[in-house]
Amino acid sequence: MTLPVEVKDLTIRYGDTVAVDGLTLGLDGGKIYGLLGRNGSGKTSVLSAVAAFRKATSGAVLVDGAEPFENAALTRQICFVRDRVDAQDTDQVRAVLKMSRALRPNWDEEYAQALIERFHLPLKKRIGALSRGAKSALSVTLGLAARAPLTIFDEAYLGMDAPSRYAFYEELLNDYIAHPRTIIISTHLIEEVGSLFEEVVIIDKGKLVAHDETEALRARGVAVTGPVEAVDAFTAGRTVLGDQRLGGTRSTTVYGQLTDEERARARDAGLELGPVGLQDLFVHLTAEERR
Amino acid sequence: MFDDRSPIYLQIADKIKEDILSGALGEDEQVMSTNQYASFYRINPATAAKGFQQLVEEGVLYKRRGIGMFVSADAREKLRAERRERFFEQVVDAMIAEARVIGISLDEIVRRIEGAK
Repeated sequence: MTLPVEVKDLTIRYGDTVAVDGLTLGLDGGKIYGLLGRNGSGKTSVLSAVAAFRKATSGAVLVDGAEPFENAALTRQICFVRDRVDAQDTDQVRAVLKMSRALRPNWDEEYAQALIERFHLPLKKRIGALSRGAKSALSVTLGLAARAPLTIFDEAYLGMDAPSRYAFYEELLNDYIAHPRTIIISTHLIEEVGSLFEEVVIIDKGKLVAHDETEALRARGVAVTGPVEAVDAFTAGRTVLGDQRLGGTRSTTVYGQLTDEERARARDAGLELGPVGLQDLFVHLTAEERR
Repeated sequence: MFDDRSPIYLQIADKIKEDILSGALGEDEQVMSTNQYASFYRINPATAAKGFQQLVEEGVLYKRRGIGMFVSADAREKLRAERRERFFEQVVDAMIAEARVIGISLDEIVRRIEGAK
Protein backbone atom coordinates (compact mmCIF):
# COMPACT_ATOMS: atom_id res chain seq x y z
CA MET A 1 0.00 0.00 0.00
CA THR A 2 1.29 3.43 -0.90
CA LEU A 3 -0.07 6.84 -0.06
CA PRO A 4 -0.28 9.85 -2.38
CA VAL A 5 0.52 13.27 -0.91
CA GLU A 6 -0.98 16.57 -1.95
CA VAL A 7 0.22 19.91 -0.64
CA LYS A 8 -2.08 22.80 -1.57
CA ASP A 9 -0.95 26.41 -1.21
CA LEU A 10 0.67 25.54 2.12
CA THR A 11 1.94 28.37 4.30
CA ILE A 12 3.57 27.91 7.69
CA ARG A 13 4.55 30.89 9.82
CA TYR A 14 6.46 31.05 13.08
CA GLY A 15 5.69 34.50 14.40
CA ASP A 16 7.04 36.87 11.76
CA THR A 17 9.06 34.19 10.00
CA VAL A 18 7.54 32.58 6.93
CA ALA A 19 8.96 29.04 6.75
CA VAL A 20 6.73 27.75 3.96
CA ASP A 21 5.35 30.24 1.48
CA GLY A 22 2.35 29.11 -0.59
CA LEU A 23 3.79 25.73 -1.58
CA THR A 24 1.80 23.47 -3.92
CA LEU A 25 3.06 20.00 -4.64
CA GLY A 26 1.62 16.65 -5.73
CA LEU A 27 3.29 13.27 -5.13
CA ASP A 28 1.55 10.26 -6.73
CA GLY A 29 2.98 7.89 -4.15
CA GLY A 30 4.73 4.55 -4.43
CA LYS A 31 8.05 6.16 -5.27
CA ILE A 32 11.21 7.31 -3.51
CA TYR A 33 11.20 11.10 -3.50
CA GLY A 34 14.15 13.32 -2.73
CA LEU A 35 13.34 16.64 -1.08
CA LEU A 36 16.28 18.97 -1.55
CA GLY A 37 16.74 22.38 -0.01
CA ARG A 38 19.35 24.42 1.78
CA ASN A 39 19.37 24.76 5.55
CA GLY A 40 16.35 26.81 6.56
CA SER A 41 14.59 26.34 3.20
CA GLY A 42 11.46 24.93 4.88
CA LYS A 43 12.05 21.19 4.31
CA THR A 44 11.35 20.14 7.88
CA SER A 45 8.30 22.43 8.15
CA VAL A 46 6.71 20.94 5.03
CA LEU A 47 7.43 17.38 6.13
CA SER A 48 6.18 18.06 9.66
CA ALA A 49 2.87 19.23 8.20
CA VAL A 50 2.65 16.14 5.97
CA ALA A 51 3.37 13.92 8.98
CA ALA A 52 0.75 15.75 11.10
CA PHE A 53 3.38 17.00 13.55
CA ARG A 54 2.42 20.56 12.77
CA LYS A 55 -0.70 22.42 11.68
CA ALA A 56 -0.66 24.58 8.56
CA THR A 57 -1.01 28.33 9.05
CA SER A 58 -3.03 28.29 5.84
CA GLY A 59 -3.49 25.99 2.90
CA ALA A 60 -3.84 22.23 3.20
CA VAL A 61 -2.02 18.93 3.26
CA LEU A 62 -3.82 15.81 2.05
CA VAL A 63 -2.48 12.30 2.49
CA ASP A 64 -4.50 9.74 0.58
CA GLY A 65 -7.11 12.47 0.14
CA ALA A 66 -7.57 13.28 3.84
CA GLU A 67 -6.09 15.79 6.30
CA PRO A 68 -3.62 13.94 8.54
CA PHE A 69 -3.74 16.42 11.44
CA GLU A 70 -5.42 14.77 14.47
CA ASN A 71 -6.47 11.87 12.26
CA ALA A 72 -5.25 8.82 14.20
CA ALA A 73 -6.22 6.23 11.60
CA LEU A 74 -4.13 8.10 9.03
CA THR A 75 -1.15 9.00 11.21
CA ARG A 76 -0.61 5.31 12.05
CA GLN A 77 0.14 4.94 8.31
CA ILE A 78 2.70 7.77 8.38
CA CYS A 79 6.16 7.42 9.87
CA PHE A 80 8.28 10.54 10.37
CA VAL A 81 11.95 9.79 11.04
CA ARG A 82 14.46 12.34 12.28
CA ASP A 83 18.05 12.03 13.52
CA ARG A 84 16.83 11.73 17.09
CA VAL A 85 14.44 9.34 18.76
CA ASP A 86 11.06 10.49 20.04
CA ALA A 87 11.42 8.94 23.49
CA GLN A 88 12.52 9.76 27.04
CA ASP A 89 16.27 9.76 27.72
CA THR A 90 15.67 7.21 30.49
CA ASP A 91 13.94 4.70 28.16
CA GLN A 92 15.91 1.63 27.16
CA VAL A 93 16.40 0.89 23.46
CA ARG A 94 14.36 -2.30 23.71
CA ALA A 95 11.46 -0.44 25.34
CA VAL A 96 11.40 2.02 22.43
CA LEU A 97 11.36 -0.89 19.98
CA LYS A 98 8.53 -2.53 21.90
CA MET A 99 6.52 0.68 21.72
CA SER A 100 6.94 0.92 17.95
CA ARG A 101 5.96 -2.71 17.59
CA ALA A 102 2.71 -1.98 19.43
CA LEU A 103 1.95 1.21 17.49
CA ARG A 104 2.84 0.20 13.93
CA PRO A 105 0.37 -2.08 12.13
CA ASN A 106 2.92 -3.23 9.52
CA TRP A 107 5.86 -3.64 11.92
CA ASP A 108 8.26 -6.45 10.90
CA GLU A 109 9.98 -7.75 14.03
CA GLU A 110 12.39 -10.01 12.17
CA TYR A 111 13.55 -7.15 9.99
CA ALA A 112 13.90 -4.90 13.06
CA GLN A 113 16.16 -7.50 14.69
CA ALA A 114 18.28 -7.75 11.54
CA LEU A 115 18.71 -3.97 11.45
CA ILE A 116 19.60 -3.84 15.16
CA GLU A 117 22.34 -6.36 14.49
CA ARG A 118 23.55 -4.56 11.39
CA PHE A 119 23.78 -1.20 13.20
CA HIS A 120 25.14 -2.79 16.42
CA LEU A 121 22.43 -1.22 18.57
CA PRO A 122 22.76 -1.97 22.30
CA LEU A 123 19.29 -3.11 23.47
CA LYS A 124 19.83 -2.44 27.16
CA LYS A 125 21.31 1.04 26.87
CA ARG A 126 19.19 4.06 27.70
CA ILE A 127 18.41 6.55 24.93
CA GLY A 128 20.24 9.33 26.78
CA ALA A 129 23.43 7.26 26.84
CA LEU A 130 23.49 6.57 23.09
CA SER A 131 26.00 8.28 20.80
CA ARG A 132 24.64 10.60 18.13
CA GLY A 133 25.30 7.95 15.48
CA ALA A 134 23.49 5.28 17.48
CA LYS A 135 20.47 7.56 17.94
CA SER A 136 20.29 8.10 14.18
CA ALA A 137 20.70 4.37 13.56
CA LEU A 138 17.91 3.53 16.01
CA SER A 139 15.75 6.16 14.39
CA VAL A 140 16.16 4.76 10.86
CA THR A 141 15.66 1.23 12.23
CA LEU A 142 12.28 2.29 13.63
CA GLY A 143 11.46 3.97 10.32
CA LEU A 144 12.37 1.01 8.12
CA ALA A 145 10.86 -1.76 10.26
CA ALA A 146 7.57 0.17 10.61
CA ARG A 147 6.96 -0.36 6.86
CA ALA A 148 4.56 2.58 6.97
CA PRO A 149 2.81 3.29 3.62
CA LEU A 150 4.20 6.83 3.89
CA THR A 151 7.69 6.97 5.40
CA ILE A 152 9.56 10.26 5.72
CA PHE A 153 13.26 10.47 6.54
CA ASP A 154 14.06 14.05 7.46
CA GLU A 155 17.86 14.24 7.34
CA ALA A 156 17.71 11.12 9.48
CA TYR A 157 21.31 10.21 8.64
CA LEU A 158 22.67 13.26 10.46
CA GLY A 159 24.71 11.59 13.24
CA MET A 160 25.71 8.57 11.12
CA ASP A 161 29.21 8.03 9.74
CA ALA A 162 29.70 7.16 6.05
CA PRO A 163 29.67 3.33 6.39
CA SER A 164 26.44 3.48 8.44
CA ARG A 165 24.85 5.85 5.94
CA TYR A 166 25.65 3.52 3.06
CA ALA A 167 24.25 0.59 5.06
CA PHE A 168 21.09 2.64 5.52
CA TYR A 169 20.82 3.48 1.79
CA GLU A 170 21.25 -0.20 0.94
CA GLU A 171 18.60 -1.32 3.45
CA LEU A 172 16.23 1.39 2.30
CA LEU A 173 16.48 0.48 -1.37
CA ASN A 174 16.21 -3.28 -0.88
CA ASP A 175 13.29 -2.96 1.51
CA TYR A 176 11.54 -0.56 -0.87
CA ILE A 177 11.98 -3.05 -3.73
CA ALA A 178 10.51 -5.84 -1.57
CA HIS A 179 7.79 -3.65 -0.05
CA PRO A 180 7.01 -0.67 -2.31
CA ARG A 181 5.70 2.37 -0.45
CA THR A 182 5.86 6.16 -0.54
CA ILE A 183 9.21 7.31 0.80
CA ILE A 184 10.33 10.91 1.12
CA ILE A 185 13.96 11.65 1.97
CA SER A 186 15.10 15.16 2.73
CA THR A 187 18.80 15.71 2.34
CA HIS A 188 21.58 17.90 1.11
CA LEU A 189 23.99 14.97 0.59
CA ILE A 190 22.81 14.73 -3.01
CA GLU A 191 25.78 12.89 -4.47
CA GLU A 192 25.35 10.09 -1.95
CA VAL A 193 21.65 9.42 -2.38
CA GLY A 194 20.74 11.04 -5.70
CA SER A 195 20.66 7.72 -7.55
CA LEU A 196 17.98 6.37 -5.18
CA PHE A 197 15.41 9.04 -6.06
CA GLU A 198 12.79 8.49 -8.74
CA GLU A 199 11.63 12.08 -8.42
CA VAL A 200 13.28 15.15 -6.96
CA VAL A 201 11.61 18.18 -5.37
CA ILE A 202 13.74 21.27 -4.81
CA ILE A 203 12.49 24.01 -2.49
CA ASP A 204 14.08 27.29 -1.54
CA LYS A 205 12.89 29.93 0.93
CA GLY A 206 9.65 28.01 1.43
CA LYS A 207 8.81 27.95 -2.28
CA LEU A 208 8.89 25.25 -4.93
CA VAL A 209 11.86 25.62 -7.31
CA ALA A 210 11.66 22.36 -9.27
CA HIS A 211 9.82 19.03 -9.23
CA ASP A 212 10.63 16.43 -11.84
CA GLU A 213 11.87 12.92 -12.48
CA THR A 214 15.48 12.71 -11.34
CA GLU A 215 16.64 11.56 -14.77
CA ALA A 216 14.84 14.46 -16.46
CA LEU A 217 16.48 16.93 -14.08
CA ARG A 218 19.89 15.45 -14.78
CA ALA A 219 19.35 16.23 -18.47
CA ARG A 220 18.11 19.74 -17.81
CA GLY A 221 21.25 21.67 -17.02
CA VAL A 222 23.83 22.36 -19.73
CA ALA A 223 27.24 23.98 -19.35
CA VAL A 224 28.08 25.95 -22.51
CA THR A 225 31.82 26.65 -22.85
CA GLY A 226 33.75 28.54 -25.53
CA PRO A 227 34.81 32.00 -26.75
CA VAL A 228 32.97 34.76 -24.86
CA GLU A 229 31.05 36.20 -27.87
CA ALA A 230 29.94 32.79 -29.13
CA VAL A 231 28.74 31.73 -25.68
CA ASP A 232 26.89 35.02 -25.20
CA ALA A 233 25.17 34.69 -28.59
CA PHE A 234 24.09 31.11 -27.89
CA THR A 235 22.87 31.67 -24.34
CA ALA A 236 21.01 34.94 -25.02
CA GLY A 237 17.38 34.63 -23.95
CA ARG A 238 17.94 31.43 -21.96
CA THR A 239 17.66 30.90 -18.22
CA VAL A 240 21.21 31.38 -16.98
CA LEU A 241 22.02 29.66 -13.69
CA GLY A 242 25.71 30.37 -13.39
CA ASP A 243 28.61 31.94 -15.19
CA GLN A 244 32.40 31.69 -15.07
CA ARG A 245 35.02 33.49 -17.10
CA LEU A 246 38.68 32.81 -17.65
CA GLY A 247 40.39 35.18 -20.10
CA GLY A 248 38.60 34.90 -23.44
CA THR A 249 36.71 31.77 -22.44
CA ARG A 250 33.31 31.75 -20.81
CA SER A 251 31.38 28.89 -19.30
CA THR A 252 27.69 29.55 -18.77
CA THR A 253 25.28 27.09 -17.16
CA VAL A 254 21.81 27.26 -18.67
CA TYR A 255 18.60 25.57 -17.55
CA GLY A 256 16.40 23.74 -20.05
CA GLN A 257 16.84 20.88 -22.44
CA LEU A 258 18.47 21.58 -25.83
CA THR A 259 17.08 20.18 -29.08
CA ASP A 260 19.33 18.22 -31.46
CA GLU A 261 19.24 21.17 -33.82
CA GLU A 262 20.43 23.52 -31.06
CA ARG A 263 23.20 21.12 -30.11
CA ALA A 264 24.39 20.99 -33.71
CA ARG A 265 24.33 24.79 -33.90
CA ALA A 266 26.43 25.02 -30.73
CA ARG A 267 29.00 22.58 -32.12
CA ASP A 268 29.21 24.54 -35.37
CA ALA A 269 29.87 27.70 -33.35
CA GLY A 270 32.84 25.98 -31.69
CA LEU A 271 31.07 25.58 -28.35
CA GLU A 272 31.47 22.70 -25.98
CA LEU A 273 28.33 21.39 -24.24
CA GLY A 274 28.74 19.61 -20.93
CA PRO A 275 26.30 17.94 -18.57
CA VAL A 276 25.48 19.43 -15.17
CA GLY A 277 25.13 17.06 -12.24
CA LEU A 278 22.20 17.01 -9.85
CA GLN A 279 24.34 18.50 -7.09
CA ASP A 280 25.55 21.38 -9.29
CA LEU A 281 22.05 21.99 -10.57
CA PHE A 282 20.78 22.18 -6.99
CA VAL A 283 23.56 24.61 -6.04
CA HIS A 284 22.79 26.83 -9.04
CA LEU A 285 19.01 26.74 -8.54
CA THR A 286 19.25 27.72 -4.88
CA ALA A 287 22.21 30.11 -5.02
CA GLU A 288 21.89 33.41 -3.17
CA GLU A 289 22.70 35.76 -6.06
CA ARG A 290 19.71 34.58 -8.09
CA ARG A 291 17.34 36.45 -5.78
CA MET B 1 29.57 3.30 -10.08
CA PHE B 2 27.60 5.81 -12.10
CA ASP B 3 28.50 9.47 -12.34
CA ASP B 4 26.15 12.24 -11.38
CA ARG B 5 26.64 14.20 -14.58
CA SER B 6 24.54 12.39 -17.16
CA PRO B 7 21.27 10.44 -17.01
CA ILE B 8 21.96 7.18 -15.19
CA TYR B 9 19.59 5.19 -17.43
CA LEU B 10 21.78 5.99 -20.44
CA GLN B 11 24.86 4.86 -18.49
CA ILE B 12 23.06 1.59 -17.69
CA ALA B 13 22.15 1.07 -21.35
CA ASP B 14 25.78 1.71 -22.36
CA LYS B 15 27.06 -0.75 -19.78
CA ILE B 16 24.82 -3.54 -21.04
CA LYS B 17 25.83 -2.78 -24.62
CA GLU B 18 29.48 -3.10 -23.61
CA ASP B 19 28.73 -6.50 -22.04
CA ILE B 20 27.05 -7.66 -25.24
CA LEU B 21 29.91 -6.39 -27.43
CA SER B 22 32.53 -8.08 -25.26
CA GLY B 23 30.56 -11.32 -25.28
CA ALA B 24 29.99 -11.28 -21.50
CA LEU B 25 26.28 -11.38 -22.37
CA GLY B 26 25.45 -13.85 -25.12
CA GLU B 27 22.57 -14.15 -27.60
CA ASP B 28 19.24 -15.02 -26.00
CA GLU B 29 20.88 -14.87 -22.60
CA GLN B 30 18.73 -13.47 -19.79
CA VAL B 31 19.89 -10.19 -18.28
CA MET B 32 19.50 -9.32 -14.59
CA SER B 33 16.01 -8.20 -13.55
CA THR B 34 15.52 -4.48 -12.98
CA ASN B 35 15.24 -5.11 -9.24
CA GLN B 36 18.43 -7.17 -9.13
CA TYR B 37 20.15 -4.52 -11.18
CA ALA B 38 18.85 -1.68 -8.98
CA SER B 39 19.88 -3.44 -5.82
CA PHE B 40 23.33 -4.35 -7.14
CA TYR B 41 24.19 -0.87 -8.37
CA ARG B 42 22.20 0.92 -5.65
CA ILE B 43 19.94 2.88 -7.97
CA ASN B 44 16.20 3.44 -8.10
CA PRO B 45 14.43 0.49 -9.81
CA ALA B 46 12.47 2.90 -12.04
CA THR B 47 15.79 4.25 -13.36
CA ALA B 48 17.02 0.72 -14.10
CA ALA B 49 13.72 -0.05 -15.84
CA LYS B 50 14.13 3.07 -17.98
CA GLY B 51 17.58 1.93 -19.11
CA PHE B 52 16.22 -1.51 -20.03
CA GLN B 53 13.27 0.05 -21.84
CA GLN B 54 15.69 2.11 -23.93
CA LEU B 55 17.44 -1.10 -25.01
CA VAL B 56 14.12 -2.79 -25.87
CA GLU B 57 13.25 0.20 -28.08
CA GLU B 58 16.64 -0.05 -29.80
CA GLY B 59 16.05 -3.78 -30.39
CA VAL B 60 19.03 -4.80 -28.26
CA LEU B 61 16.90 -6.60 -25.66
CA TYR B 62 13.53 -8.28 -25.90
CA LYS B 63 10.95 -8.98 -23.24
CA ARG B 64 9.41 -12.34 -22.42
CA ARG B 65 6.30 -11.69 -20.43
CA GLY B 66 6.52 -12.94 -16.87
CA ILE B 67 10.08 -14.21 -17.32
CA GLY B 68 12.34 -11.26 -17.98
CA MET B 69 14.61 -9.53 -20.49
CA PHE B 70 16.85 -11.31 -22.99
CA VAL B 71 19.57 -10.31 -25.44
CA SER B 72 18.26 -10.14 -29.02
CA ALA B 73 19.74 -12.64 -31.47
CA ASP B 74 21.26 -9.97 -33.71
CA ALA B 75 22.15 -7.51 -30.92
CA ARG B 76 25.90 -8.04 -31.00
CA GLU B 77 26.11 -7.80 -34.78
CA LYS B 78 23.97 -4.66 -34.77
CA LEU B 79 26.05 -2.97 -32.06
CA ARG B 80 29.28 -3.89 -33.85
CA ALA B 81 27.99 -2.38 -37.07
CA GLU B 82 27.05 0.85 -35.26
CA ARG B 83 30.42 1.05 -33.59
CA ARG B 84 32.25 0.33 -36.86
CA GLU B 85 30.39 3.19 -38.49
CA ARG B 86 31.61 5.57 -35.83
CA PHE B 87 35.12 4.12 -35.56
CA PHE B 88 36.91 6.20 -38.19
CA GLU B 89 35.27 9.45 -37.17
CA GLN B 90 35.52 9.02 -33.42
CA VAL B 91 38.75 7.06 -33.03
CA VAL B 92 40.92 7.51 -36.13
CA ASP B 93 40.11 11.14 -36.93
CA ALA B 94 40.49 12.06 -33.26
CA MET B 95 43.86 10.31 -33.17
CA ILE B 96 45.08 12.17 -36.26
CA ALA B 97 43.97 15.50 -34.80
CA GLU B 98 45.79 14.77 -31.54
CA ALA B 99 48.92 13.64 -33.43
CA ARG B 100 48.97 16.94 -35.34
CA VAL B 101 48.67 18.97 -32.13
CA ILE B 102 51.58 17.23 -30.42
CA GLY B 103 53.73 16.83 -33.56
CA ILE B 104 53.65 13.12 -34.33
CA SER B 105 53.87 12.45 -38.06
CA LEU B 106 51.37 10.23 -39.87
CA ASP B 107 54.31 8.11 -41.08
CA GLU B 108 55.16 7.31 -37.50
CA ILE B 109 51.55 6.26 -36.83
CA VAL B 110 51.46 4.13 -39.96
CA ARG B 111 54.73 2.42 -38.92
CA ARG B 112 53.22 1.67 -35.52
CA ILE B 113 50.07 0.23 -37.09
CA GLU B 114 52.15 -1.88 -39.48
CA GLY B 115 54.05 -3.19 -36.47
CA ALA B 116 50.82 -4.28 -34.82
CA LYS B 117 49.77 -6.46 -37.77
